[in-house]
Amino acid sequence: MSSRSELDNLQEIARDAIQQALSAGATDAECTLAEGSEFSANVRMGELETLKEAGSRGAGLRVLIGKKTGSSYTSDLTPEGVRHMVAAAVELAALTTEDPHVGLPDASELGSIPGDLRLFSEDVAKLPAAQKIDAARRAEAAALAYDPRITKSEGGSFESSTASRIFANSRGFSGAYAATWCSLTAVPVASQGEAMERDYWYSLARDFAGLEDPESVGRRAAERAVRRLGAVKVETTKAPVIFEPRIARSLLGNLFEAVEGKSIYREASFLAGKLGEKIADERFTLIDDGTLPGLFGSQPFDDEGVPTRRTPVIEKGVLKNYLLNTYTARKLGMKTTGNASRGITGNAGIGHGNFYLEPGTKSPEEMIAGIKDGFYVTELIGSGVNTVTGDYSRGAAGVWIRNGELAFPVSEVTIASTLQEMLNGIGEIGNDLEFRGSTSAPTIMIGEMTIAGR
Amino acid sequence: MSFSDSFFAARFGISRRDLENYLSEALSRGGDYADLYFEYIATSSIGIDESIVKSATQGVTLGVGVRVIAGERTGYAYAGDLSPEKIKHAAQVAAMIAAGPAKVESVPLDEGPRRNLYPVLTSPNETSFAERVALVQRADQAARAADSRVFQVQASYADSLRQILIATSDGVISYDRQPMARMSVYVLARAADGVPQQGHSGGGGRYELEWFRTERTPEYFAKEAVRQAIVQLGAVDAPAGENVVVLGPGWPGVLLHEAVGHGLEADFNRKGVSAFSGRIGQLVASPLCTVIDDGTLGGSALGGRRGSINVDDEGNLTQRNVLIENGILQGYLQDKLSSRVTGAAATGSGRRESYEHIPMPRMTNTFMLAGESDPEEIIRSVPRGLYCASFAGGQVDITSGNFVFSASESYLIEDGKLTRPVKNATLIGNGPEALKYISMVGNDLKLDEGIGICGKEGQSVPVGVGIPTVRIDKMTVGGTA
Repeated sequence: MSSRSELDNLQEIARDAIQQALSAGATDAECTLAEGSEFSANVRMGELETLKEAGSRGAGLRVLIGKKTGSSYTSDLTPEGVRHMVAAAVELAALTTEDPHVGLPDASELGSIPGDLRLFSEDVAKLPAAQKIDAARRAEAAALAYDPRITKSEGGSFESSTASRIFANSRGFSGAYAATWCSLTAVPVASQGEAMERDYWYSLARDFAGLEDPESVGRRAAERAVRRLGAVKVETTKAPVIFEPRIARSLLGNLFEAVEGKSIYREASFLAGKLGEKIADERFTLIDDGTLPGLFGSQPFDDEGVPTRRTPVIEKGVLKNYLLNTYTARKLGMKTTGNASRGITGNAGIGHGNFYLEPGTKSPEEMIAGIKDGFYVTELIGSGVNTVTGDYSRGAAGVWIRNGELAFPVSEVTIASTLQEMLNGIGEIGNDLEFRGSTSAPTIMIGEMTIAGR
Repeated sequence: MSFSDSFFAARFGISRRDLENYLSEALSRGGDYADLYFEYIATSSIGIDESIVKSATQGVTLGVGVRVIAGERTGYAYAGDLSPEKIKHAAQVAAMIAAGPAKVESVPLDEGPRRNLYPVLTSPNETSFAERVALVQRADQAARAADSRVFQVQASYADSLRQILIATSDGVISYDRQPMARMSVYVLARAADGVPQQGHSGGGGRYELEWFRTERTPEYFAKEAVRQAIVQLGAVDAPAGENVVVLGPGWPGVLLHEAVGHGLEADFNRKGVSAFSGRIGQLVASPLCTVIDDGTLGGSALGGRRGSINVDDEGNLTQRNVLIENGILQGYLQDKLSSRVTGAAATGSGRRESYEHIPMPRMTNTFMLAGESDPEEIIRSVPRGLYCASFAGGQVDITSGNFVFSASESYLIEDGKLTRPVKNATLIGNGPEALKYISMVGNDLKLDEGIGICGKEGQSVPVGVGIPTVRIDKMTVGGTA
């Protein structure tokens, strides 16, 4: 598991791989190791259906020979496996093209934020399987008991993970951290006549004690599934649209794609070249922060060994910062924001820490109460968001708002607009920000979107 | 070739006796069935961006997954190396799903039937790296030369060679060598007003590298990506609401994948949670529609299609499965668990992303048989509607049956003619209903270029789709106009 001596051992493997790469002619090298174990149990209709438990590890190497790069990875951490990995990366570096902007972070940029980020909890690793299975069973049972129309289920499930991450480079950085998480999910199916509707609810935490209780997870999942029964397709119209927090998060996902450095230097984003400009309603403040203890987007250093930090991306509607790794920062003549992200190998891409929208003042109920005719969206499907142009068109389901109240369920419609108009046309931002996962948003209301149906 | 010459026996010294011992361990607590899945994957990938070859990666992963089924329960564990202690431990962990004395004492193994749908002599990842680097460089040059409005080009090439060995407590050993390669090209072009548009193209399959030099060249993919971006420069807003929709041949077959394919996977139907559950024998599409899932499609003399596999990841030979015949639902796609529980015959549809994953029923190559209409006549029949030539992907809620797919190249049809290109829009429909509105089916069945990836419950597998030109009388288009 992730004992200190095991982490030390893995750091030693990483440092050794780097030494071997330098001996083989690399001018710089960086090595990532990941090790983890996973557990999952699914209970369906009261019976344990699936139980999975296993561990794995892998290593990745990236080498530079001058301004050329090569990468490799292996699941074989024996000395022979590591030797092959080193040889493979060095071989490939000879075949790539010189890139003037390539290179590791400067030594002065490397480091790790101080203090305990509270990413690891002993109880996740130690909890007996029987207790995890029981939590899944209770969540499903609560969903099935909620309403007679909940007749079927895809089950209740419990998942947990313990993982360690090790990173070292030839500029002297060597670091390691371990993290845990566990989750509890219920997926009930409600039926009425021939029609069926499925929905889900889940809770996610770094430690077992942080999970919502199983009965609450099951009940909320069931409420959502039942609420969808009898959904109709509304007539095509333009109306205000409310994104519940779970859905609002996907909008932040779209914005992340539009502010990450790779899409900026390629001019493949509707926000490229807009730094310092007002691009959203002034109530819109979007933050990336990888330093918040216990949360899912936190880590002590990014995947290039640069400390994570807090970066305001949009402040009061003004685009303040892009999210960058070392390469994209150099392309843009800027400094890394500590947002490098990679699997175990290859050039670093860009990821986010805790990426969240600051809350507003109104409760979701007040927001709904203020709408005569509108659409409260609880599900979006499909990938119809073009962050190059900003065009937005996705499949949606939810509840129609009439005279300030949730009136009847709606499905098989689409909502469409552009991200530009949606950002500027923010009607309200809710006060219900809750950190779930690494992207978090309160309820958001957009003044008007096209809803296509009948 | 016999088992003793196969990859895992020759390279890692895995013997029939070893496999029998691991299976006995897996069944030691009374499981009804067990299987072992050995996997070795070597991959490489190359990327070019701004005419600079910025990335080149190669790597290997190796592992074994052990599954035990007891009634409807599944226990699963895996090991990241092939040491006997690790595999035995995984077998013991998976065995915990059952509780009791062993019912099966020993498992004598024999080789299952074999064939080769993709006789690739030299897998692309065994060729020289320089040859493969040249492919992305050619794509980059061709895209830049194709149109002066192109200002960004990214091209990538990736290949893999997957070696698998499956041993089941039914007494069967199966193994396969599965090569794969694909290229993709992504471009951005800018109009006079400065607004950029993107174009994307790609393809591949279980082919020799030669396929990219003779059948689908880097220049072919580059020109197609540029064409799509340039078309978009003049695009107008898509209509909003119900429209007549004509799908062009080939990649728009993703409609079948989303609208019916997923809903016919047996796991959902065993649980009764698919919109198609209990509908076998019922009319679920227009009588003009016959939909097939076929994992055995060959490609060319240079190999086989991306969605094809010799054996599925549970050791069954793949086959041609008729899902819908003349509009009537015929059957589901089975994996071993569903077959065991419901008594249905195997369909060769048990697939998994890797040794770390439990197999599930999945599609292979899903397509609609050609009809009789002339494609031009289909377009001429529409006074006003939307013609979709290509899609960027889709998604389905299998329980309600609602599905979407996102058009990446479409045109208005006005008075029976294709007129202006329209912006990307999402189309939405309901699985068991949407295909009933198909009123014309073209004689021009085409399969896609070999770039599809299907995701389900966190597992990705390569798939293919295909469709002839079809007219759908009513479907909701999610535009703004």
